[in-house]
Parts: sequence; structure tokens; C-alpha cells
Amino acid sequence: MPHPDKSSWPADLFNTFIESGVTLFPYIPDAGNARLIELAIAHNDSYPVLLTSEEEGVAVCAGADLVGKRGVLCMQSSGVGNCPNFLSLVKGGDFPILLMVSMRGDYGEQNPWQYPMGQAVEPILHAMGVLTFRVERPEELLTAATAALSASGKGGQAAALILSQKFLGAKAF
Amino acid sequence: MKNPAPTLDRREVLSGLFPSPDDYLFISGLAGSARDTAGLTNDGDNLFTMAGTMGAAVPMGLGVALAAPDSNVAVVTGDGELLMNIGSLASVATMAPGNLSIICIDNGCHGETGGQTGHTSHRTDLAKMAEGAGLRSVMVLETREQIEAAAKFLTDMPAPRFLQVRVTDGPPTDYKRNMNPAQCRARFRNFFLGTR
Repeated sequence: MPHPDKSSWPADLFNTFIESGVTLFPYIPDAGNARLIELAIAHNDSYPVLLTSEEEGVAVCAGADLVGKRGVLCMQSSGVGNCPNFLSLVKGGDFPILLMVSMRGDYGEQNPWQYPMGQAVEPILHAMGVLTFRVERPEELLTAATAALSASGKGGQAAALILSQKFLGAKAF
Repeated sequence: MKNPAPTLDRREVLSGLFPSPDDYLFISGLAGSARDTAGLTNDGDNLFTMAGTMGAAVPMGLGVALAAPDSNVAVVTGDGELLMNIGSLASVATMAPGNLSIICIDNGCHGETGGQTGHTSHRTDLAKMAEGAGLRSVMVLETREQIEAAAKFLTDMPAPRFLQVRVTDGPPTDYKRNMNPAQCRARFRNFFLGTR
């Protein structure tokens, strides 16, 4: 598997999603998903779905699953805090949805508001039965993405791809 | 100023709006709207009802509508459920799926928890909120005489559509549906994907 460099990783990840049958990209804009969503907007067979709150994306992905389609909910770590109640639909209904979380508040963060949710992301997801696949280094991206896609595909599990700040780079203020 | 008192019985509404329920995929929110929709479809395989996750019906219906563009999709929700995730109307308007109708059974209260007063019994106007969000077609159904016109609205007007149904605070349809979400997911998928 090729190791994506910093500039090409969104395209590599987007292609991996598309090849795995992902067609819906519900999202709340974030620096960490901006390029990926641009690619989804430009792609003929994918639907970027702009949300007002991240929890909507959980339900959008579950709805797509009801008719045999796949989505990936793209959000910043703070948005995970908006999702737990809707994840009870996922856990109780065995909806194998996929999340992509771009982290804040975990490595090199300078905004104190980001730390509480950033540090709570994985405990919250684990409490709600969502498996997490964390990316720290560029060479881990596609293997982690493939693992998350397998878990949320034939594996039948809810799964989250966690893009750490070590991988994304911390936002400078 | 309060909204005028409604007169419609919710139990009479859905069968008039959907004379052929088999032609739709239905997503319903929790509580009364789930019971009414289960009554309409005999808890059919083309229905996914909720008994929790208040606010999830509209975005789940949006996901179904986008992923199954050749199917007619109807969301049946309540005023409390809709208001808990009112922003989802903006998400629907932006995507503008041409196969989605949202029916909000507005009884002005939280029927499932004892009938506590809701915002639409005061000053909140859901139809204006739907218009403001950018839904293409919006209608308010308030009397039995308007049911036929509302059914026509659901078939003839450009989607996404929003139909606010103002009803009394009387009981919903008396129907015991399957409340196991994993079984309901599996049966819906079998129904929709079985022949594909």
C-alpha cells in the first residue's frame, strides 16, 4: 500500500472510501475534512450532505444503510459530543455506520476549549459501542481506513476513523 | 398570542393522506407518530419506527431519500421531535431531494410523557420555520375537509414537502408495534434489498 504524503492524503482517503462503496458524505465543515469534502462535491456519484448538527449525520448514515448504501459522517472531535443519543439507534439497531473524526484537543492544541471534548472522543465512542481506528502517522492512514471500512462493512460494526492532531498538524493561533 | 385551538383527530389523518401506503418508504419518529404510522401500514416492512433518539426521524428520512432516489419517502414526525432537531430542515432544503415528504403531526404537546405543553401551543409556527429553512412546498392541514387537498399536495407539489398537521391532544392510534430496532432494520433491508 502506498504511503500518502501530507498533500495527497485526502485524495487517497477519498478514493479508498469511494472504492468501498461510500456514496454519502454527511459533514460539518472542519479544516481536517475540508479537502475530502471538496473532492466529494466534485465527484459525480457522491453526495456531500451539509448538516446543522453532527447527530443528524448519524441518522443520515443509518437511513442510507436501510436501503443498502454507505455513508461516512465527517466531523471535528467536538461534534462527537453531539452524537451519543443518536448512537443508541446505531447500537440498538446494529447499524454499521462509519465516522471520520478530525481531532482537536489532543496533541499540540492551543485552544483550551478544545481539550474537554477532544479527550472525551474515544471514551464516548467506546461507551456507545463504536470501534475506533486511530491515525498518528501518514503510513497508518490507509490501513486504518481499510480496517474501519471492513469493520463497518462486512464486519457489521459501527466504526470511527480518528485523524489525530499528530497526523493532521495542530492549528496555529 | 396563542395559536387557535385545533380540531382534527390525529387517528383520522394518515389513512386519508396515504391511500396507498405500500407506495412509500416510511420513517417515523418516536411515540404517537410511530403508533399512527404503524397503524397505517400494519407495522409494515416498508416502515422504520423509533422509540427513542428524539429528533432523528427527519435526518434518517433524508438519508433514505438520498440513497433511494427512485422511491417515495415519507417522514412522519411530531412537533416536539421535529423541534429537537429543527436544523435538519435546513439540511433537507439544501439537498432538496425530490422524493421526500415530511409530515409533522402537531398536537402542541408532549403526548408520550403526559401531555405537557409544547412550543406550538404558544407562539411557534412550524410551517414558517419550514418555509424559512427553504423547503420547496409547505402546507398546513387543520380541518377534515382539507385532507383530500393535503393528499394531493403530497403527490403533486414539488419536493421536498413539509405538511404540518394540526391535531387535538387526543390519543394516537392504538397499535403495538415491534420496538426491537435491530429486527426493524433487518426487516426493512430485507424488504427493500431482497430483490436486488
